[in-house]
Amino acid sequence: MKKKKWPFVYVAVITVLTYIPILLTVVYSFNTSKLTSVWEGFSLKWYRELFRDRDLGEALMNSLILAVLSCTFAVLIGTSGALGMSRRKRKTDEVVAYVSTLPIMIPEIILGMVFLSVFSLMGLPFGMVTLVIAHTTFCVPYIFTMVRARLVGMDHSLEEAALDLGATKWQVFCDVILPQILPAILSGVLLAFAMSFDDVVISIFVTGPKVNTLPVKIYTKLKTGVTPEINALATVMLIVILLCLMGAYLLGRKVKAPAGEK
Amino acid sequence: MTKTKTKGNSRRRSGNIGLLIPMYVFTILFVALPILYLFLLSFLQRAQVWGVDFTFTLDNYKRILEPLYLDTFWQSLKLAFTATFFVALIGYPYGYFMARMSAVWKRRMLLLIMIPFWTSALIRLYGWIIVFRSNGVLDKILMGLHLTDQPLKLLYTYPAVVVGMVYSLLPFMILAVYSSAEKLDMSLVEASRDLGASSWTAFWTVSFRLTLPGLLSGVVLSFIPSMGLFFIADILGGNKIVLVGSVIQEQITKGRNQPFAAALSAVLMVLTSVMIRLYRKITGTSQLEGML
Repeated sequence: MKKKKWPFVYVAVITVLTYIPILLTVVYSFNTSKLTSVWEGFSLKWYRELFRDRDLGEALMNSLILAVLSCTFAVLIGTSGALGMSRRKRKTDEVVAYVSTLPIMIPEIILGMVFLSVFSLMGLPFGMVTLVIAHTTFCVPYIFTMVRARLVGMDHSLEEAALDLGATKWQVFCDVILPQILPAILSGVLLAFAMSFDDVVISIFVTGPKVNTLPVKIYTKLKTGVTPEINALATVMLIVILLCLMGAYLLGRKVKAPAGEK
Repeated sequence: MTKTKTKGNSRRRSGNIGLLIPMYVFTILFVALPILYLFLLSFLQRAQVWGVDFTFTLDNYKRILEPLYLDTFWQSLKLAFTATFFVALIGYPYGYFMARMSAVWKRRMLLLIMIPFWTSALIRLYGWIIVFRSNGVLDKILMGLHLTDQPLKLLYTYPAVVVGMVYSLLPFMILAVYSSAEKLDMSLVEASRDLGASSWTAFWTVSFRLTLPGLLSGVVLSFIPSMGLFFIADILGGNKIVLVGSVIQEQITKGRNQPFAAALSAVLMVLTSVMIRLYRKITGTSQLEGML
């Protein structure tokens, strides 16, 4: 079949379009003027202001702590759940599996509403604890589903062989099962982390007056008006992500390289 | 032989149950019960000062039937339909073409799609404020091209909200279609071409049919969140465009009326589950394509 050009042109055009708003924020982060409609010259003052902003720094820390905690709990719950459910066919398992994915199926706002009402019924103080509980519920499905899918395609004879050869259950888990499901856990964590770190809707509902996450902070800032600081923040975030990706790429090459040399 | 096997199985099974406890407890305690409570709450009354009065009432649902709220639902559905339509229109060919690329380019494109996904959704929306703002980038371009001689004032309008929604939801559609199109066996398309089908017929009868689960999954994945993304309507639409999501948030923060917000959420949830049911019925699968 002959290759046509226009599909690639189409994909390229759309991709460029999706990057325009991001590039604009980067460009305007260096603008002297507070207004985005005029370009007055190059300046780094918004970066200075960004790094001076204590609240924003605190919000960033909160978001990181929140994402790490939620992902950790989600890995423990999701992975053990997927492992426990593998190789047995029970109706109750299916029901629990289905219910556990509801948090990413229903609109975020409902989940936020659900937690707000439940936490206020329970009398839990709104803050980090409520945030972690809420975020863990929508992190679990990403990890659970990934690990479960991986387990379906896994060769169980290896576990049996290890057990027959006298390995303890824990050894089997560490040496046989874990290496096989680790990629699934990691890709689940990657998604869950991004979702938690970026979540506005649910966080707005379950956060307390004293705890701000980064997206909540950005949201309130955007609502109040022009904030060139946000441009600078966007640029910094983009750079961090690109660095992480580059790191992951280099690491991936290093891991792959020895195998390739053989 | 069989004896040792059953023994091995039972040994493993007993170990499995312990592993299930956290998942079962967590799901029941923090997902199932809270959702049930939401439905219960929707039949309760708001207390005079703060909190909830545990007396049964249907008033919350009656209130949804008031023209004001019915209209909000209608507006939300309309916006969700419009956004989903454009997401499908743009995202389907994108995902489809992407699946046809070489392995190297596939990986590069996936990365290009994921990078914005990892930056904050809000910050990406802020980029659109720069574009749409009166005398902003778009106005400058259009005026420079003499397509219009005065600023269009697109920010805080309906089209701006649609663009923001489409932009935020596009990756979901692309990934859903992509994962479905990747599995498509191109030899089927070639076979239909060899048997004399035009490229259009071949696409329509083979490729499109087989990638339909991806498209529908993308539709579900864009439609469901779009009804709740109140912050997009907030930031790009000002206070002019009110969605169900905005009303729910307002009822909680300003109205302090949890039961009514719960009733609105319950209706939204039922709508959502109807959609997912429909998807399952049409495609015959339980898993949404390309969700993860």
